[in-house]
Amino acid sequence: MLVGHQSWQFKTKPAIISSSAVGGPFEGAGELAQDFDIIHKDIWLGQDSFEKAEKIFLEHACERAIVKSGIKKEDIHFFLSGDLMNQIISSSFAARTLGIPYFGIFGACSSSMEGLALASLMVDSGAAKYVIAAAGSHNASTEKQYRYPTGYGGQKPPTAQWTVTGAGAAVIGYKGEGPKVTGATIGKVIDMGLTDPFNMGAAMAPAAVDTIEAHFRDFNRDPSYYDIIATGDLGKVGHEIAVELLIKDGLKLPLEKFKDCGLLIYKKEQPVFAGGSGCGCSATVTYGHFLNLMKKGELNRILVIATGALMSPMSFQQKESIPCIAHAVSIEMER
Amino acid sequence: MKIRIICNNIVYGGRKKNIRIEGVKMSNKKTRELTPIQIKYKDIAKGKEPKRPVVSNCIRAFLVGGIICTLGQGLQWMFINYFNFTEKTASSPTSAVLIILSVLLTGFGIYDHIAQWAGAGTAIPVTGFANSIASAAIEHKSEGYVLGVGGNMFKLAGSVIVFGAFSAFVVAVIKITIKWIGGY
Repeated sequence: MLVGHQSWQFKTKPAIISSSAVGGPFEGAGELAQDFDIIHKDIWLGQDSFEKAEKIFLEHACERAIVKSGIKKEDIHFFLSGDLMNQIISSSFAARTLGIPYFGIFGACSSSMEGLALASLMVDSGAAKYVIAAAGSHNASTEKQYRYPTGYGGQKPPTAQWTVTGAGAAVIGYKGEGPKVTGATIGKVIDMGLTDPFNMGAAMAPAAVDTIEAHFRDFNRDPSYYDIIATGDLGKVGHEIAVELLIKDGLKLPLEKFKDCGLLIYKKEQPVFAGGSGCGCSATVTYGHFLNLMKKGELNRILVIATGALMSPMSFQQKESIPCIAHAVSIEMER
Repeated sequence: MKIRIICNNIVYGGRKKNIRIEGVKMSNKKTRELTPIQIKYKDIAKGKEPKRPVVSNCIRAFLVGGIICTLGQGLQWMFINYFNFTEKTASSPTSAVLIILSVLLTGFGIYDHIAQWAGAGTAIPVTGFANSIASAAIEHKSEGYVLGVGGNMFKLAGSVIVFGAFSAFVVAVIKITIKWIGGY
């Protein structure tokens, strides 16, 4: 049901029956290693290309989520997935393996919450009983496509971010145990004219702020409603900017509540510059870490705002600025 | 700061806010006009950007670049004294050895880690050029030898070769012209 200007409230409260997070070795050495269902020791996964490995990450995340849900694959009506590759090949190829009717979505790194919002809408409206939503990214394939070859010795500035190698998936159902998806706010494309692809956090921060404000306005809620408000992958630079912009707009989020997935996933000593990024970042942290905390009872209500930079390597070379988007999904545990 | 949009008189947090539609004109750099809000935001973003450690980068570049050049000097000395090369001819095997070392380090995935620390120190010497070719060749092997390795090998180094050759041509033309006029 439409609430306010750009939000949905899910009256039937679709449940996240199961979720899974799969990560690579670097993520396994990170802060949230215990929240991953599978940690692969090798970024190649026995494949001969990074792109194929990324697909396997997505497949593993989906298979794991389906097994954990206890629902037969045939009973899942739709599969929604997104990634960062050209023509979202990882998602489409994973869909080929899964054999579930499929929507490919692209919202760059916001695909994770875009998928979850749409999946919940489908379940809420009765268009499906069970939907699986997934998103994934691979550090090396992303570097290869968006920046330089992985072995290239270009020095990265401190504003750069580290794309997460991993994937997350969630099975959303019309009934069942688990955290409930209660609402979503769909973001607008915001472009503040920044052009530096090594500073995505700063480019995405205004989009996150816009969606956060829209969410609280549409639902007429206060930030105190949530236990955690987490942005997807703003990193250190973007997160600081977002805090400042929110304060300027008169919305003070306490720092112990306002987190960023990109700042949570890795350890401080890991050389990730400003923090983690990619579809896999918000997907693994939400579907792994946050949902685990909710099941343990440490969190009751969370708002995840996945941020995405909608540029391509070509648009950047053609001197276009970086348009950004953010989608927010609220997940609540009912006790 | 208002980066905000939508409709008038929305109640938010008990207060009324007037929010205007802010269209952003998108086009290329020449014609792009940043709105005042975008300009203001650029300043904010600039202020939050961690500074590049320029001084320590320069010191590191000096050290690593110097070490590579010293190594090259040592190799040249070795080729002159033990392999009967002259000072002029020794430069070829010297570069070849440095290139092989650079390619090996790239292949083992070590070069980019050194380069992150060393910056221009590893980028400027011939090792950086070798690394740009080797890394692209290795990366695109998955697309096959012809279209992958062959087609992408000079992805990064290609422009160096193109503009290197072109500027050599321009300099040669200038030199010939000066000579023709009656200069040196």
